[in-house]
Amino acid sequence: MNEIWAGIAAAFRLIVTLDADLVDITLRSLQVSLSALVIASVIALPFGTWLAIRRFRFRRLTIATLNALMGLPPVVVGLIVYLLLSRSGPFGVLGLLFTPTAMIIAQVIIITPLIASITHQAMRELWAEYHDLLISLNTTKGQRIMTLIRDGRRTLLTAALAGFGRAIGEVGAIMIVGGNIDNATRVLTTAIALETGKGDFALALGLGFVLIALALLVNFAIHALSRTEREGRW
Amino acid sequence: MKPMSVVLKQAVIRRRGTQILGPIDMTLGEAGFSIVIGPNGAGKTSLLKVLHGVERLSSGTVTWSVPDEDARQSQAYVFQKPIMLRRSVRQNLAFPLHLLKVPKAEIAERVQDWSGRIGLHAALDRPATRLSGGEQQKLALARALIRNPQVLFLDEPCANLDGRSTREIETLLLASYHAGTRIIMTTHDLGQARRLASDVVFLLNGHVREQASAQAFFAAQQSDEARAFLNGDIIE
Ligand SMILES: Nc1ncnc2c1ncn2[C@@H]1O[C@H](COP(=O)(O)OP(=O)(O)O)[C@@H](O)[C@H]1O
Ligand SMILES: [Mg+2]
Repeated sequence: MNEIWAGIAAAFRLIVTLDADLVDITLRSLQVSLSALVIASVIALPFGTWLAIRRFRFRRLTIATLNALMGLPPVVVGLIVYLLLSRSGPFGVLGLLFTPTAMIIAQVIIITPLIASITHQAMRELWAEYHDLLISLNTTKGQRIMTLIRDGRRTLLTAALAGFGRAIGEVGAIMIVGGNIDNATRVLTTAIALETGKGDFALALGLGFVLIALALLVNFAIHALSRTEREGRW
Repeated sequence: MKPMSVVLKQAVIRRRGTQILGPIDMTLGEAGFSIVIGPNGAGKTSLLKVLHGVERLSSGTVTWSVPDEDARQSQAYVFQKPIMLRRSVRQNLAFPLHLLKVPKAEIAERVQDWSGRIGLHAALDRPATRLSGGEQQKLALARALIRNPQVLFLDEPCANLDGRSTREIETLLLASYHAGTRIIMTTHDLGQARRLASDVVFLLNGHVREQASAQAFFAAQQSDEARAFLNGDIIE
């Protein structure tokens, strides 16, 4: 028990003194997950919206696939990306394995279906509301998508935040494709796993507090957004 | 742009195996304030949507005297239940103009003008979804008229409105009509039909039972059903 209290005390010291390792790892985590978030959003937000307004033959199948992909175990995503990027894999020549880029790729694959799925649900509701008006005003497809994205921006932000929350807390995939290399690919979650294994609870707990703070921040933001949406303030 | 007339030929809508409209053969001229009346479920909304081109025909044709694209671009439609964008009143008014890429200064000017005409000047920055039913209906009307459409469709614009809102809307409609807008509107309010119509289409069970000038129609109905409907009897 003493060891744990000592660890907590040490963790606070690390945070308050802005320990170089802790800051470095936190920044790398943010860099990887924010990059993954931006890329995934650029793909998933328009795709989810498009899926909501467009009727085509394989629509149901596409949505079912999307929902299935959402449940993909991150470790398996990590394994697949590893195989694709490894020296003997199809993209081996790019030399991306064990780089932050590889971690970003894995996270993009993990969170894109999640963001697209949430987007699709929210946009379908909004589209049902706006459908007749937008058709009547003779809007182009692009104008319809732009209008929905603009007026559904709160739900889209919620979807993005959910994706970010999933990315920043994910450990299995990035451990495999990043390799948890010190000063190169070590991020919050992989560092926590490593330090805990080594028995260095101070750094592990310090990083854990940072991770919890980030997760809480994301959830508060989602909560605040959905409240302003419900109350019709924008 | 050229004035527009429209011709329906053997127009039919089927939904889930039943014929809800038609076959209808009908011509609506280039000018006028046409009012479509008939009991609930007669097909008034369906007819309006077919004319506007937002509802597809199962068979038959609807042909405007100008190319389809021009027709759509110069028409506006006010839905029975007003559709409010989740935006401010100002942005709702500006929306159709933004779609047409009207210059910003002109948009601001026209928004000022129309918000004044519908008495929502003070509410410009309020969320449109927070307006009362009458205010929303007026906003929907102004949003339709702000593009200066040649043809304006309205589906029971005064259903569920109080007398004052109804009068305000009728005033706006008459002003627009006298300024040259072709109006095609449904109503269940016979008093309103008498006040506004230049000509009347009487619809029953998906068929056009009578089409005549308002004067002729209200003076003497050709069918027993129309006579009964004007009497306030229940007809099927
Ligand atoms: N999408 C639909 N599917 C099945 N029936 C419909 C649909 N839309 C309208 N109807 C039916 O078609 C008839 C005409 O409807 P509508 O045009 O709304 O009449 P009105 O506006 O005169 O009340 C009604 O009996 C209605 O129930
Ligand atoms: Mg109707």
